[in-house]
Amino acid sequence: MNPNALDLESLLERHQRAPHRLVQILREIQAQLLWLPRDTLTAVASALGLSLAHVEGVAGFYRFFHSQPVGQYRVLFSDNITDRMQGSEEMRRHLRHLLKVEHHAMRADGRVSVAATSCTGMCDQGPAALVNHHQLVTRLTPGRIDHMADLIEAQVPTHLWPAEWSRVDDQIRLANVKLGAQPAPGQAIAAALARGAQATLDDLKRSKLRGRGGAGYATGTKWQLCRNTRSETHYVVCNADEGEPGTFKDRVLLTSYADTVFEGMTIAALIVGARQGLVYLRGEYHYLLDSLKATLQRRRQQGLLGQSIQGQAGFDFDIDIHVGAGSYVCGEESALIESLEGKRGTPRIRPPFPVERGYLGQPTTVNNVETFCAVTHIAIHSGAWWAAMGTPQSTGTKIHSVSGDCDRPGIYEYPFGTRIGRILEDCGARDTQAVQVGGPSGVCVSAMEFGRRIGFEDVPTAGAFMVFDRSRNMFDVANNFVQFFAHESCGFCTPCRVGTELVMRRMDKLKRGYGSSDDIQVLYELDKLMHGSTHCGLGAAACNPLRDTIAKFRPAYEQHLKSMHFAPGFDMDAELSQARLATGRDDIGAHLETLT
Amino acid sequence: MSYYDRIDALSPGTFSLDGDEIEFGPGESILQAATRAGYYIPHLCWHPEFGAKGSCRLCTVRINGRMGAACTVQAASGQEVESNTDDLNAQRKTLLQMIFIEGNHFCPSCEKSGNCRLQATAYDIGMEGPHFEEFYPDRRVDASHPDMLLDLNRCILCSLCVRASHEVDRKDVFAIGGYGIKTHLLINSPSGQMVDSALLPSDRAANVCPVGAILHKRKGFVIPIGQRRFDKVPVSGQIDENKP
Repeated sequence: MNPNALDLESLLERHQRAPHRLVQILREIQAQLLWLPRDTLTAVASALGLSLAHVEGVAGFYRFFHSQPVGQYRVLFSDNITDRMQGSEEMRRHLRHLLKVEHHAMRADGRVSVAATSCTGMCDQGPAALVNHHQLVTRLTPGRIDHMADLIEAQVPTHLWPAEWSRVDDQIRLANVKLGAQPAPGQAIAAALARGAQATLDDLKRSKLRGRGGAGYATGTKWQLCRNTRSETHYVVCNADEGEPGTFKDRVLLTSYADTVFEGMTIAALIVGARQGLVYLRGEYHYLLDSLKATLQRRRQQGLLGQSIQGQAGFDFDIDIHVGAGSYVCGEESALIESLEGKRGTPRIRPPFPVERGYLGQPTTVNNVETFCAVTHIAIHSGAWWAAMGTPQSTGTKIHSVSGDCDRPGIYEYPFGTRIGRILEDCGARDTQAVQVGGPSGVCVSAMEFGRRIGFEDVPTAGAFMVFDRSRNMFDVANNFVQFFAHESCGFCTPCRVGTELVMRRMDKLKRGYGSSDDIQVLYELDKLMHGSTHCGLGAAACNPLRDTIAKFRPAYEQHLKSMHFAPGFDMDAELSQARLATGRDDIGAHLETLT
Repeated sequence: MSYYDRIDALSPGTFSLDGDEIEFGPGESILQAATRAGYYIPHLCWHPEFGAKGSCRLCTVRINGRMGAACTVQAASGQEVESNTDDLNAQRKTLLQMIFIEGNHFCPSCEKSGNCRLQATAYDIGMEGPHFEEFYPDRRVDASHPDMLLDLNRCILCSLCVRASHEVDRKDVFAIGGYGIKTHLLINSPSGQMVDSALLPSDRAANVCPVGAILHKRKGFVIPIGQRRFDKVPVSGQIDENKP
């Protein structure tokens, strides 16, 4: 689209020219122009009263924003290890070959570019790709790639591509409470209103519910702290930035259990005293936006959102949806708030914690999608009912996104305390070598440990469960995760910004066959450094996959070692090729001896 | 740190730093209180005149056994803070090596040598070499401004110029752009070049760079090498940030 045809004025007006709407404004502009020209950024900056450099800084932070043209079709292949295991790398090469487009470059005619992106949350139906940042294609096959190349050459708009390609299945394999029948809309709110805000909160504390996003903080305590903070207003934020590779349970909850999620948010609003709620929906799940908005609209008509909810005077609450633009770090709650405020998504200095000073400086509770779901059920059935499930330290159930080498990938809900081996049996995994629980920032569990149990006291998880059988090279698995962290580092603090890059280069050196045992030692040192010195927990966890795989699968690393001593990062013998050419020698004496 | 760990930081008190008792005022960070008491904790992105950032991580200390950046953790009564220990100094050395190898820092040819906080801190901590392979990035040099030179090869992303321009000059000449290893400094101007920006040589932001990224033109080597700030006294012996 021609930049001149963009109706910037009405777009800005829709967002009240509010600086904190910047990420949404940029997203909508790019949806029309396909990239963000500097002139347009200048116009946006002046309309919002921001400096151009600030707007440029925000635009340059998010992986889905482009300050250079990327083509009429932007095809991003999901690059999680599960996608790679399903052949995504070969398909990406194949599409590039068919379209004659270079890696990370736009084709000269401006038609298309093909690149990779972090996990799109379709691991159980991959390999997947994201086209023009809004359309997902699942279950890629070489046949679909051939067809896609034809459609792109013929300039067929993406909404006219075969509908079957964008089919996303829930694949619920095992349901417990949260994945059972949805409660009737309003039932949990009515129960909470009948009980009263503080009594509902007290009962939530009795449930001992802990956050399902990974950190496991006690939900009741968080909400009490937020409720206690006196301020003009409070906010409830649902963290649907499901960026941890291998995790896709929130996608299913938002697809088929959105009422339960919104109901939990509404109960949170009652408890903390919020009038506005926000869902931070990851950009990859943009395709869910229309159905989520429709559900919100229906709930307004049902009197479950808006003014005087269920006739309760003064209980006013509504929910808005913010769409992300590709950034893993925004899953961290304070980075998420920065992003909601239209800024670069880097984690804040804490304290103050969001419950004291969060969105727009107001006390804010940020909770995971699954946590809000659990709250709805607890409001109906009681905290004691919830606490009776799971283990004393990890109450209730947890939803797992199972993918990788198994017959039945999909969604499984178990009470906490379930054996990892049990999940492997249920999903039809055979000859399993390892499971990555909780995604790259989680724990890599080897076959000897399949008796361990899921829970905060043993193997905690945010929901990913990636299975690797004995045909897989665990070095390749770790290497994929290392590349992920280097790509997603926000760049704010030294140890994560430089450390993730150093680790990636070391792994690349090993992969190229120039590794030595000294390199493994350096990887150990970097892991230790990053655990103790990063600004946020995501940076601290960036070396977890290395630590586990080096400790448990050392032979997978050692097969890449050229020498047990130091070896440089380049091929010394190859460096002498010019000298050999100049002297006309290529005998054995003109080559370096192989180091031993 | 959990929500429970909050101790009322609005009242004064004392904490211990490597065994010495340090008094702190209401709302002070560990680094602020330590500096005021005349103690040195290595740092690059912190400056007493500006809000804390917590990005270089050099001031990372152990507080009651847990790691935290001294510039962002509020001082509280009874804290046991360890800073000058072998393991923390070893960690600082590694962080300094990381900062060196991610940019292009060639001290012998840099006008800032001797006045450079990065160089001085590295000497002080006993860094003898880069340890890691250098990245040798290809970064921009902006000589468009009549009086100022910007060499991004030496920028360590401390963001002191960003904060000085925002907090003191009220000009917002600088901002941070990009992400990951490609994070970089941005200039606020229509062309993106310094000449079209509002920067003046007298601005606080033009005089706060701890390294040789933002330099004044025609001032090169006015003070000979060997007679510069950190040539005489090591950085750990100069607690007052602004004293030349």
